[in-house]
Amino acid sequence: MTKRNCLVAGVVLALSLVAYEWAPTSATVVNAAGTILINGAGATFPYPIYSKWFDEYHKLHPDIEFNYQSIGSGGGIRQLLAGTVDFGASDGPMTDEQLAQTKVKVLHFPTVLGADVPTYNLPGVSQELKFTPEALAGVYLGTITKWNHSELKKANPGVKLPDNDIVVVHRSDGSGTTYVWTDYLSKVSEEWKSKVGKSVSVSWPVGLGGKGNEGVAGLVQQTPYSIGYVELIYAVQNKMAYGQVRNSAGAFVKASVASVTAAAAEASKTMPDDFRVSITNPPGKSAYPISSFTWLLIPSTISDSAKRTAITGVLKWMLTDGQKMTEALSYAPLPGEVVKKETQAIAQIH
Amino acid sequence: MEDTAALLEPGIQEPSQPAFLSRLRNGDEIAHLVTLIFAAAILLISVLLVFELYGSSVEARHKFGWGFFLTSRWDPVAGQFGALPFIYGTVVTSAVALVISVPLGVGAAIFLSELAPPRISDALTFIIELLAAVPSVIYGVVAMFALVPLLRDPIQPFLKRTLGFLPLFQGPSYGVGFLAAGVILALMVVPFIISISRESLLAVPNEQREAALAVGATRWESTWQVVVPYARLGIIGSVFLALARALGETMAVTMVIGNTPHIATSLFATGYTIPAVIANEFTEATENLHLSALVELGLVLFLLTIVINGFARLMVLATTRRGSAHP
Repeated sequence: MTKRNCLVAGVVLALSLVAYEWAPTSATVVNAAGTILINGAGATFPYPIYSKWFDEYHKLHPDIEFNYQSIGSGGGIRQLLAGTVDFGASDGPMTDEQLAQTKVKVLHFPTVLGADVPTYNLPGVSQELKFTPEALAGVYLGTITKWNHSELKKANPGVKLPDNDIVVVHRSDGSGTTYVWTDYLSKVSEEWKSKVGKSVSVSWPVGLGGKGNEGVAGLVQQTPYSIGYVELIYAVQNKMAYGQVRNSAGAFVKASVASVTAAAAEASKTMPDDFRVSITNPPGKSAYPISSFTWLLIPSTISDSAKRTAITGVLKWMLTDGQKMTEALSYAPLPGEVVKKETQAIAQIH
Repeated sequence: MEDTAALLEPGIQEPSQPAFLSRLRNGDEIAHLVTLIFAAAILLISVLLVFELYGSSVEARHKFGWGFFLTSRWDPVAGQFGALPFIYGTVVTSAVALVISVPLGVGAAIFLSELAPPRISDALTFIIELLAAVPSVIYGVVAMFALVPLLRDPIQPFLKRTLGFLPLFQGPSYGVGFLAAGVILALMVVPFIISISRESLLAVPNEQREAALAVGATRWESTWQVVVPYARLGIIGSVFLALARALGETMAVTMVIGNTPHIATSLFATGYTIPAVIANEFTEATENLHLSALVELGLVLFLLTIVINGFARLMVLATTRRGSAHP
């Protein structure tokens, strides 16, 4: 009996040691045929365009293969910091605190643009609604509770707004969509900035949470007198109605590929060298105010020269030929000035 | 052949017997060892799980201490995390699920095993076992598009009119909330209760039924006072399994609970559960403290299941000692 127990203990110990030692040590994988495998992980929002790009680029360069895991921006940053991937991807720029943790300098490269749109379910109203920044902030803070509030009536003359409570819907999962939405509200409302702030997940003052764009859309479609926000691409692909938003120049603008690229073009005039910039609430009459870049995160030092060539190569291709594929998938392409500036920044990778 | 050989040469059988037995015994030893290793592996996995959860939640544990269990502010921006609304939501939705599913499941199991003709019983059991295999996201979709609109109108207004004096049935009806989550959980766990309860009712020896009938019991008296108490352990086991699934269910719950970390007495209110918040926020948690707090919630869920299961086992022990019909 004792001998048997000893044996069991031995096996258990051996198993646990194996489990302890068995951790991935390197991300560098060159398979037998000599092709280069580039590993990446991060944001889910640009996943459709990234997988299209990587697929097309692989067709042009059969010796380079990509493996992109859309595990979320947080996971992308985490894996990049841990060194288990060659590049990360994020819907929000890394914070100064996160950048301080990195062993090598991490560069941000904007790839495409996305936007958030307000969507609503208002029985008996067929006109397209217009929202002022004050109205959106008030509704999401819980200070505007009725559809016929003066702030909403003022922006929508001629629309018969009902005397019903507003049911607010927001994303419950951490997401770049929420980051953009709260970043915008923080810029247009001091109260929002101090009470709630901006992040991928926040402590919402009011409202129901839906998981994913589909969760928010489902709740809004089913709940009369509700309002929510979804990703522009999701609204376009599902032919959802969404409202216009007043920009900082005072014009009501509907989100579209053109108005989002216009927002980026306005913002790029003051683009910092590290590309970590928020483009919500930009100046310019044609700019849609609730939009954002999504970024690739690439280490500035890549010791493996074959990998370095592959990564800089695909980056250059994304900024030129790749940009032509964005509109077919409803992503807004980068404005020319940003592409130019990024092309220069690629030289920093060595 | 062996028999004749043994008969013809009885002297040879004696020495061959121990050798055969010892070989058999060796086989026993191997089987014993192998199964023991498998059993130990389960223990090892549990230990590693706790070890990993404990280790990865160190930042949140140090920052919030026991206050983590007692505070209800969950604010990733300010870095303030409290688990109370999530613990509350997990317990309340599971309780609602059990209140609905236990009578339903046990009643159906009694019908299927004791009263229904065998052909109907087999057909229904097959369908119930199919239900148990439906992925939870499907239940979530059904709940979102069929259950939630039904709850919003007419079920919740009806409950408000008739039982509105109870704090459980007050406030605005969104459709989503504790009630929606509890009802869909009940639907998800009821196949487990039926299936296992039916098996344990069928395992009751027929002599028990015959004896009850022989002393003049009606069919129902025999079922309710003899057969069901006899199968009690199996039925309680099915409830444990149902509870375990309800506590850990993620996808279907997060789709209909409303995902707001609030504590409310009304079942119409929206809430949040531990598995739901982990699934929602884990992928995008960039701050270490946020991630650590989510891992600690995982640890809390683990402890919660241990506490609830331990409590349930104590209850079984207590009733078994008191009961007379224990097998």
